[in-house]
Amino acid sequence: MAVSSSSWSTALVHISPYTFASIGIAISIGVSVLGAAWGIYITGSSLIGAAIKAPRITSKNLISVIFCEAVAIYGVIVAIILQTKLESVPSSKIYDPESLRAGYAIFASGIIVGFANLVCGLCVGIIGSSCALSDAQNSSLFVKILVIEIFGSALGLFGVIVSIIMSAQATWPSKG
Amino acid sequence: MYGFEAMTFNIHGGYLEAIVRGHRSGLLTAADYNNLCQCETLEDIKMHLSATEYGPYLQNEPSPLHTTTIVEKCTLKLVDEYKQMLCQATEPLSTFLEYITYGHMIDNVVLIVTGTLHERDVQELLEKCHPLGMFDSIATLAVAQNMKELYRLVLVDTPLAPYFSECITSEDLDDMNIEIMRNTLYKAYLEDFYRFCQKLGGATAEIMSDLLAFEADRRAVNITINSIGTELTRDDRRKLYSSFGLLYPYGHEELAVSEDIDQVRAVMEKYPPYQSIFSKLSYGESQLLDKAFYEEEVKRLCLAFEQQFHYGVFFAYMRLREQEIRNLMWISECVAQNQKSRVHDSVVFIF
Repeated sequence: MAVSSSSWSTALVHISPYTFASIGIAISIGVSVLGAAWGIYITGSSLIGAAIKAPRITSKNLISVIFCEAVAIYGVIVAIILQTKLESVPSSKIYDPESLRAGYAIFASGIIVGFANLVCGLCVGIIGSSCALSDAQNSSLFVKILVIEIFGSALGLFGVIVSIIMSAQATWPSKG
Repeated sequence: MYGFEAMTFNIHGGYLEAIVRGHRSGLLTAADYNNLCQCETLEDIKMHLSATEYGPYLQNEPSPLHTTTIVEKCTLKLVDEYKQMLCQATEPLSTFLEYITYGHMIDNVVLIVTGTLHERDVQELLEKCHPLGMFDSIATLAVAQNMKELYRLVLVDTPLAPYFSECITSEDLDDMNIEIMRNTLYKAYLEDFYRFCQKLGGATAEIMSDLLAFEADRRAVNITINSIGTELTRDDRRKLYSSFGLLYPYGHEELAVSEDIDQVRAVMEKYPPYQSIFSKLSYGESQLLDKAFYEEEVKRLCLAFEQQFHYGVFFAYMRLREQEIRNLMWISECVAQNQKSRVHDSVVFIF
């Protein structure tokens, strides 16, 4: 498509908003799952090793793995919500400011939830690993460390809330 | 990067770290030691130990029991645990675990060479060697006459080969040279281990530096005290000190010229961590120095477990087990020789 000037800002606003929106959706699910998987392997390897000497810890410490998994589920939920926000606009209106705004909003939502879940998964995983090792030595420590994990998993929830608010106002220009 | 090990350590080391922490929970406690110290015979000791993790290793021993059997079986347990960890480990943890055993290898080499010098039987000497320090071709050590042959025939294929460059001479092996050889090898080993840990970086480097520095300083003090009154010159003594640690380099200068224990004490009291050790001993007493050093070492080793995601826990666990085996040996010997009043002279409680 021919454009009058060739500066970077012109190039940026002529990238289709659907590109940004799709990348946002990909990041929301991809990076969330990365965080969840990272957390699960950190917890899981310590849990398996510690359970050899202290088999009683296995069932209780699956909670740590579940908290990490919740992070991936947040990513899936937000991705599904975001993809329902995608609408087709006629090609004359693709580069309207309204369209760009909608595309950028979906992109930002995806980044917010993706990276919040990445660090949340990491945090819960590391705490879960320490929790398993401490529980194996002294079972009264389990509940106290679980409280720390609960605070950690709240981080992912913050990301989900903000991204849903962000995506709620992603309105594409109406047809016609 | 120090502080971010938690993100990637568990990929290769998470399982083994959890296993070693599980083993640590099986170390004997003060209550166990109190029970053992009150035993009358070795059979009582065996009965108490069968309630701990040593049970499966001792239960099939026929009576009458000897102290060497108890120590041998307990060492066997340590060796089994070590071998299980070693075969599960990947680089660089496997190299780290192997480094822990080189000290025992050096001790075994010196044991066989000294024994051969005094014309003992090779088989008998091999039985006395520490199992963690065995390597193939160790029996060939009995054939060597001087250090060059020792190196060329046997040691060039072992991991100890790089440590020999400083101590190959053409002199024949006699008692004095063997002790110097042992200390020179150990110095090279400690420095190599220190460099390796520094290369690993992060929490491992920090914690292992502290533990190895204490080891180097302790050896420096022991070398000084043992060589007072012998023909070891000051320069030779200085060459045996490692080039790292709290005492390097100024403490070493002063230790090299010390001629009796009070001068050693004066040197060590300038360093706050060692001042607390030496303040427990009254003037002129050196028998309790060993126990004081062991207590300090155990304290530092237990602190290594406070941090997660580093390799220092493996080193600390091996050392704590060895201390426990020393304790068991002392208790067994006191009970066997009916000297139970001296039992608390040398037992270091771990928890």
